Amino acid sequence: MLRILNKIRQTGLITEDLPRDVVLEQVGAQLRAGIARQFQGSLAIRQVDAGSCNACELEIHALNNGYYDIERYGVHFVASPRHADVLLVTGPVSVHMETALLRTYEATPAPRLVIAAGDCAACGGEFGCSYASRGAVSNVIPVDAVIPGCPPTPLALMQGLLQVLEET
Amino acid sequence: MSHFDWLSELLARYQDERVLVRRGSARELAPAHLLEIDAEDWGRAAQVAAQFGCRWAGVWAEQHDDSLLISAALAYQGDHLLLRTAVPLAAPRLPSQTPYYPGADRMERHVQDMHGVVFSDHPDPRRWSRHNRWAPDRYPLRKDFSVDNAPLPAAPEQDYSFIQTQGAGAYEIPVGPVHAGIIEPGHFRFQAVGEMVLNLEQRLGYVHKGIEKIAEGRDAHGLARLAGRVSGDSTVHHAWAACMAMERAARITVPPRAQALRAVYAERERIANHLGDIGAICNDVAFAFMWQQFARLRELWLRDNAACCGHRLLMDCIVPGGVARDLSAEQVVRLRSAVDPLRRELAALYPILDDHPSLEDRLATTGVLSAEQAQRLGCLGYVGKASGQDADLRRDHPYAPYDRLHVPSPLFQTGDVEARMQVRMQEVLDSLELLVVLLDTLPDGAVQVPWQAPAAGSEGLGLVEGWRGEILSYVRFGADGRIARYFPRDPSWFNWPALELLIHGNIVPDFPVCNKSVNGSYSGHDL
Ligand code: SF4
Repeated sequence: MLRILNKIRQTGLITEDLPRDVVLEQVGAQLRAGIARQFQGSLAIRQVDAGSCNACELEIHALNNGYYDIERYGVHFVASPRHADVLLVTGPVSVHMETALLRTYEATPAPRLVIAAGDCAACGGEFGCSYASRGAVSNVIPVDAVIPGCPPTPLALMQGLLQVLEET
Repeated sequence: MSHFDWLSELLARYQDERVLVRRGSARELAPAHLLEIDAEDWGRAAQVAAQFGCRWAGVWAEQHDDSLLISAALAYQGDHLLLRTAVPLAAPRLPSQTPYYPGADRMERHVQDMHGVVFSDHPDPRRWSRHNRWAPDRYPLRKDFSVDNAPLPAAPEQDYSFIQTQGAGAYEIPVGPVHAGIIEPGHFRFQAVGEMVLNLEQRLGYVHKGIEKIAEGRDAHGLARLAGRVSGDSTVHHAWAACMAMERAARITVPPRAQALRAVYAERERIANHLGDIGAICNDVAFAFMWQQFARLRELWLRDNAACCGHRLLMDCIVPGGVARDLSAEQVVRLRSAVDPLRRELAALYPILDDHPSLEDRLATTGVLSAEQAQRLGCLGYVGKASGQDADLRRDHPYAPYDRLHVPSPLFQTGDVEARMQVRMQEVLDSLELLVVLLDTLPDGAVQVPWQAPAAGSEGLGLVEGWRGEILSYVRFGADGRIARYFPRDPSWFNWPALELLIHGNIVPDFPVCNKSVNGSYSGHDL
């Protein structure tokens, strides 16, 4: 236990270092304001992998590490679409995931936002449309915003979220 | 011990069992040895190989006019053997190898769904990669199937006959394809009594996006890009395996500096994923402290990737003929000087992982995969190494630059979640050691040779030790340097079925940590 406490003490609050990272801090502050204005301070995201290569998920995961700690802006990832304000969809939509994506969309209460994250979700990316892929998410459900990148970096994901809040 | 010194003995057994080897070649698919046999001997060839002790390493088909060429890979002491046969397209029947190699089950069903090969004696001929979006009598990898064939209308995947349980108190838990976290999709069907799992059946294929089909017709660089997206967490290793296959087909030798840089990327990918996994395993048993510590270390590691290699996850760093860009002297110094701080961090964290009682309580004896089960399935990477399977291509059949390096490989016998975590912990340290040597002895010179496409019909095999275990990639070229066939075989094909076995008798709440300890790739398996 002492070792753990020691390590925690040595590590310190890495999120407090963020003010030095001007870009991230600005993005964060704007994000917090946008969420406060439009979602009563709490934005619930249901992430749906509709056919991704999994690299997009790795970077979405990173939003929860101490450096980005996206929860401090009121953003949290939820397990059920019924609790979600936003669907964050990755991947080209594989035809085998099409039904599941539609059902998840239908299970998400309105008003809901759909964000297509990553080049695949935005336009089909490296996989495009084929017998097995429907390509862009917008070919299957209405999309409110896209965040390009292959995969989008955690910072790009935060900026993308901010943009959505500003535009809607 | 020299390579293939065991082959004559196996060939003698084939002769005894009257398995006719019609032709052998050590050259065409080097370093693998090719054996052509008759279709009717396909099952017996596997039986003899299994008795001999070979590991089964994959099967794929390709259409040549009105026949289907089938290849199956076997491995022994790090050497690979390719069995090959042909069946007529009009009546593509072949004895199954699954009765002798349970790990062949799903991949044969994949060949059945994609090429229409009927495997007689297959114990479970249900569809696998095909859900219900193309007709049962249409096969996407045949030549008469166009890549942009419209799928059948969307409908739930309802008519797949899952295993059922009956009996008082037994109930079923269906999970997925959309899971409760930020994770890839797949379906798990549990049968349980109280808290205890009686049976788990996986249904994968949800992220099948036609990778093998859309590979056709690409040029070499296009294939490398696609290979880098077969499984996003293995982008370096899949790209390396695909490029190695193409370079062998084209008889191109990559310059020494590029070989070393590929290994730098590869070991960095291994470390990044292991760091993430160790933290995630801890998180699944509510040890949030460790999760945050390892997430922090992983993030720092990825930032160095971005600063020095141009991409946090190292996508598109490996290209046919070499690597996309060189490292500057400063970048080499930066990567080198990140090693010791990470070692110091781990020196503080590992002792806590080693003897934290509540962690021990959750991880030790949880999700046990016996050595015998691992061997029968042909489990690879940390799943195999945690269950007594001592295999690592970098050591057993080293490819450049590992041929000049000492690669240690951890081995455990307990086969539980703890052992799978300990393999990762040790491999991080070993990879750091390799990185030091690689960066300190980086050869000078070019990082790329011009790509020159080989003649139509040329084929090559890429074999690398990915962070999940051995990746095997097969490539054949068609006319104009275009890809005619690409098959990437991720280690997940063999590690996914292990999860079905090791969960038996565990409690349902331990499933997440068992699953994370195996961490199969969905995308790399579904293709
Ligand atoms: S956008 Fe790139 S990283 Fe994301 S799923 Fe597509 S290929 Fe993978």
